[in-house]
Amino acid sequence: MLTWLGANYITMIDGVALGVLLFTIALGLSLVFGVMDVLNLAHGALYLIGAYVAVQVLGGGSASLLAFAGAGVLALLIGGLAGAGLSVMTRPVARRGHLDQALLTLGVALVVADLLSAAFGNDVKSIDPPTAFAGSTSLLGDAYPTYRLVVIAVGLLLAIGAYVLIERTRVGALVQASVADAPMVRALGVDTGRLVTGVFAAGGGLAALGGVLGAPILSAYPGLDTRVLILGLVVVVIGGLGSVTGALVGALLIGQVETLGVSLLPTYASFLVFGTMALVLLVRPSGLLATGRSA
Amino acid sequence: MAAPVSAGTRLQPQPLDPPARLRWYGVVVVALAFVPFVAPADVAATATRILALALLAVSLDLLVGVGGMPSLGQAAPFGVGVYAAGLTARELTPFAPVQVLVAVAAGALLSALLGWLVVRSRGTYLLMLSLALAELVHTLAGKWDALTGGTNGLVGVPALTFAPGGEPVRLAGLVYWWVLAVAVVGFLVVVVVSRSAFGRSLRGIRDNEARMSSLGYSTFRVKYTAFVISGAVAGLAGALWMAQTRFASPEDLGFHVSAFALLAVVIGGRGSLWGAVLGAALVGVIRDEFGPQLGGRGPLLLGIAFIAAVYLLPHGFAGLRLRRARTQGHP
Repeated sequence: MLTWLGANYITMIDGVALGVLLFTIALGLSLVFGVMDVLNLAHGALYLIGAYVAVQVLGGGSASLLAFAGAGVLALLIGGLAGAGLSVMTRPVARRGHLDQALLTLGVALVVADLLSAAFGNDVKSIDPPTAFAGSTSLLGDAYPTYRLVVIAVGLLLAIGAYVLIERTRVGALVQASVADAPMVRALGVDTGRLVTGVFAAGGGLAALGGVLGAPILSAYPGLDTRVLILGLVVVVIGGLGSVTGALVGALLIGQVETLGVSLLPTYASFLVFGTMALVLLVRPSGLLATGRSA
Repeated sequence: MAAPVSAGTRLQPQPLDPPARLRWYGVVVVALAFVPFVAPADVAATATRILALALLAVSLDLLVGVGGMPSLGQAAPFGVGVYAAGLTARELTPFAPVQVLVAVAAGALLSALLGWLVVRSRGTYLLMLSLALAELVHTLAGKWDALTGGTNGLVGVPALTFAPGGEPVRLAGLVYWWVLAVAVVGFLVVVVVSRSAFGRSLRGIRDNEARMSSLGYSTFRVKYTAFVISGAVAGLAGALWMAQTRFASPEDLGFHVSAFALLAVVIGGRGSLWGAVLGAALVGVIRDEFGPQLGGRGPLLLGIAFIAAVYLLPHGFAGLRLRRARTQGHP
């Protein structure tokens, strides 16, 4: 067991880094889904916007930590505005059912992805991590990229922040209540419209921030939006709706499956994500840590 | 005639009585059969592909419009049908009916597997689950090099033959007629299913699952059967696609194919099967004819079409007709 760990722990840490990036996607997806019952197919596009913000601001050379933080704040703002815009766009069709809202966000996703590929081309754009974290750190005798450790730390901080916000504050309680029973929350006199816009904006901002954070690891290219969207959906299915802990557990699990699984069982790699999801669905149809209503 | 528009047929206007409707189907099929006489070969080839996509849209409409199961993953049984037909032609026999049967079986089998998970969910969850599962099948097709040829696609598929060991059919017009004939059969199968007692219970479940359940229907079994039938027809559409393109790539299972079919269904009007055919024709012509002229901005066009369809055509073409019929006082 120890020798196995020794041989694989680097891959496992890679998996944790991928996991926290997936968490930034999945949390917004899960909450928008939970609160508003909207499948936001534009969520991957919001992540990609963040990644291209990083490319635009930091591309072409090593960037200082300050510039990196600036790109993060910019992405947070753009993503937040885009999320609020999506919330306003879906409102007129809210009564028409799930499919119409999903189709609307799908249209937005296609338009955004195409405009991005028109603006930035079809090549893979990678950027360097900020200079302060460009090197590697000695980790139990092996050199490991410092930036990935920073991503893990930032991601875990975001997760703790989101947990405190959702589980320990009044706003969080309202969000959770809306996941469980939105009409009842409305009946109690809460302006759920504003709540929904807020959740949409926060989810969008978080996804775009994830795009900046992940840019030095996953790069930015057309098609990345679909990849992170699908992985985000799988995380939500596995973790359960509207739960911060569920999103984190699901994201870390899929992070491991995508890295450790691929490295240990390369032949069956493409079955693994599928198999994990199917298994969780068979054992717990509404996800590992579902709160509120079931699917 | 004055077929009453009851609650159960909300999105299923029935302004024509069956004989009139059949006459219209006949006129359309005869008109379509003349395409190879009047159009050059490349137009016939485009029309062949559009027929395959139209049948895919019809299979999806059975699920979305009639069954109330909004799937974002119809590309999965379609793409599996494409690969199954191509592999059959290359490894077994290019005899056309065999390809069709294998593709139908493959589409049904895949849907039977995925449906076991998908049909248990509903609404937004079903959208999400079907999309995630279809994308995983898509990834699989790209990685399973030994079977699918990986991202290079499935190449070296021979032209189909109309007799075992017969001459390969290379004329675009003949392929078109074969595809048209099979597509008409597939369309009629869906129409018959949708109008049968089974189709009525499916609509009942769409409109009020709790009531149908309390009336003693096994709603899972009805929905699961519909899911498998829809997958079989999508697999059939895949075989027709392969008959013309003779090439399969993982993109045939991609999200864009599902999105395309869904757009056709929404533009045509959910639940009216002919509307899906019309929608597929419109979207196909826009994509194949106008997309290249805009310098490969196809996805942009598709995206705008989605947004416009959701805001402007809540019930598709069929809805326009229904509203007109209602405002004029039903004839």
